[in-house]
Amino acid sequence: MRIGVVTFPGSLDDTDAARAVRYAGAEPVRLWHADRDLRRVDAVILPGGFSYGDYLRCGAIARFSPVMAELIPAARAGLPVLGICNGFQILCEAHLLPGALTRNAGLRFITRDVRLTVGNATTPWTGGYHAGQQLLVPLKSGEGAYAADQATLDELEAAGRVVVRYAGEAPNGAARGIAGICSDDGNVVGLMPHPEHAIDPLTGPSADGLGFFTSVVRAFAGAAAATEAEAGALR
Amino acid sequence: MATVIVDVMLKPEIHDPQGEAVLGASHRLGFGNVTAVRQGKRFELEIDGPADGAALAAVEELARELLANPVIEEFSLHPAD
Repeated sequence: MRIGVVTFPGSLDDTDAARAVRYAGAEPVRLWHADRDLRRVDAVILPGGFSYGDYLRCGAIARFSPVMAELIPAARAGLPVLGICNGFQILCEAHLLPGALTRNAGLRFITRDVRLTVGNATTPWTGGYHAGQQLLVPLKSGEGAYAADQATLDELEAAGRVVVRYAGEAPNGAARGIAGICSDDGNVVGLMPHPEHAIDPLTGPSADGLGFFTSVVRAFAGAAAATEAEAGALR
Repeated sequence: MATVIVDVMLKPEIHDPQGEAVLGASHRLGFGNVTAVRQGKRFELEIDGPADGAALAAVEELARELLANPVIEEFSLHPAD
């Protein structure tokens, strides 16, 4: 499986994201923000960082980059996309996910390990977890407070689209403790905490984050097997 | 050539911790009569031609698409004096 990792000017966590992809047994494919080319990847990760210096609003300029012109229609057509931190902000700015990320309630940039509770274990990125599972992963963001209007929040909760929630009080003032959400059909997932920094106890607080990457590999293998079986049945 | 001003503010229901920090600093400076602060952004756009209806409509579209995020912000615009 080929998983693209986009590098924008100001991306920081693209190398860790690529490492997580390798740990999960897939091939990381580096994608450049200025290329109108997804290089035939099977999934894409938008990594953390400060794309375009966070000018205007976090993710607001990245949304209009050439690679996003390719990614947006592909995501709408079902390509699995994971946005981490700044990647989540970009997905919201691109309207692939509802809502927005706003400045932390306490104004401080927060860098600490946080406990998350998995709310939706049916997306391609979370299929390897089970609902209610607790994960310990780092959070490091200054504008990580998820915000949306009440109707959108109600809809997200009713449809099970809250993928991960902060266990206990949200450290950043996120609405309803939301740490990550998914699109209608689940293929696009965005979250503020960083699973790619928690794939090995040697370099992170746990290996709890690896499941995001192994899940998508397994989902892809399952989809490939299903397509093969379908083709076999037709033959 | 004309100049159009676009003011962008967080919606009233969106928490503005920056504004609160400015409020706190105002009180520490002795400006105790300030009771609330909301912080926003101001854009000054120079455009070709006059700031007529069509030009303002175009700026409004730009504001909605780029300068403001309608999920959390609202904007107003007017030609510069």
